[in-house]
Amino acid sequence: MSGHDHGDDGLSRRKVLECMTWAGTGVLWTITGGVPRSLGIIDSAQAATAAAPGMTFLQISDSHVGFDKPANPNALGTLEEAVGKINAMPVKPSFMIHTGDITHLSKAAEFDNAERIISQSKLDVHYVPGEHDFLDEEVKFYRERYGRGTKGAGWYSFDAGGVHFIGLVNVVDLKAGGLGNLGAEQLAWLEDDLRGKSKSTPIVLFAHIPLWTVYPEWGWGTEDGGRALEQVKGFGSVTVLNGHIHQVMQKVEGNVTFHTARSTAFPQPAPGAAPSPGPMKVEDARLRSMLGVASVNFKQNEQRLAIIDTPLQG
Amino acid sequence: MKTLNRRDFGVAVAAAILLPATAARADDMDVHIDNFVFQPAELKIKVGTTVTWTNRDDIPHTVVSAGKFRSKTLDTDDKFSFTFTNAGDYKYFCSLHPHMTGMIKVE
Repeated sequence: MSGHDHGDDGLSRRKVLECMTWAGTGVLWTITGGVPRSLGIIDSAQAATAAAPGMTFLQISDSHVGFDKPANPNALGTLEEAVGKINAMPVKPSFMIHTGDITHLSKAAEFDNAERIISQSKLDVHYVPGEHDFLDEEVKFYRERYGRGTKGAGWYSFDAGGVHFIGLVNVVDLKAGGLGNLGAEQLAWLEDDLRGKSKSTPIVLFAHIPLWTVYPEWGWGTEDGGRALEQVKGFGSVTVLNGHIHQVMQKVEGNVTFHTARSTAFPQPAPGAAPSPGPMKVEDARLRSMLGVASVNFKQNEQRLAIIDTPLQG
Repeated sequence: MKTLNRRDFGVAVAAAILLPATAARADDMDVHIDNFVFQPAELKIKVGTTVTWTNRDDIPHTVVSAGKFRSKTLDTDDKFSFTFTNAGDYKYFCSLHPHMTGMIKVE
């Protein structure tokens, strides 16, 4: 699971992260010399054309297998549609990351169903857990399936295509009144993991709950996320990929790009736009425009960064 | 239908008269979870009261008071009850959504 090296194309110190943003409306933006620059509204065909070769990987999140409430009575079905989307991509991604909440209630059957569908992508999948994946009495189903080779509650790192990927866990030992939590042990491991890495190595940090403070009133942030970000500050290219909030949100701060992915199960409201962050019921016709996956492309010798968010529909 | 003889009837009456002394049981309290909020957020109760939490959200929650009580994961409409046998302030929270906090004051 972890520790795979996907680097099959030649590595370069100057290799930089390149991705494209293709949110519901299709905004493509790039970063040149660390400055974000929007290339304006594009349609999906143009975005696909723009996705020149390089290493591409996929982010999928919050599949909540087992969820059957009005916001989406068939979360397994929409996960299957998402995998269908992935399989139809013109360029096969190198691998996939799943940023947690694989299941809704951590039932064995939910994990089995998720695995059955996600494996149809025939991609290696690197998981980090969401709080919904640790709900079984003995907290063992996630670990048995995805914990092999990981540290602590399931954190790990691996290298692919010249990029250093770090999967973090911020959904355990949460404190009353607080936000997501990494903890001292994990932060010490992170420091150790980064030691000796060249500052030109592109870094991707991924975790379930946003590592940056999106909306603390709803718990959308990580108490000690800042301490992790402090450790990657000196690196030339840092991308932080999260889930949990079931909507696309982005922020750029210096060399760090923050991005959250859509869920494949149900949308959640924009911060403060509803009484609570609970599942948002939208018209059936709109649901699939609010679910989706994200694809990230790295290209050598170009200082551009972008992420493509593809809705299931629209 | 079981008939009540005179002696049983007397016992029943005695029990009925004694009832006010244990009336705290009738004051068992409810806390609802709606929109990621414990309602009421603070509850004052007497020793011996049982509090029952009901999750009315479409998302699972838990009810956890460090070292005191801990519910299983409550899915929609699931309940958790705890009887408070000691006075004190019991802070609790949802271990999945820790911004959700509540307090039971037992006197």
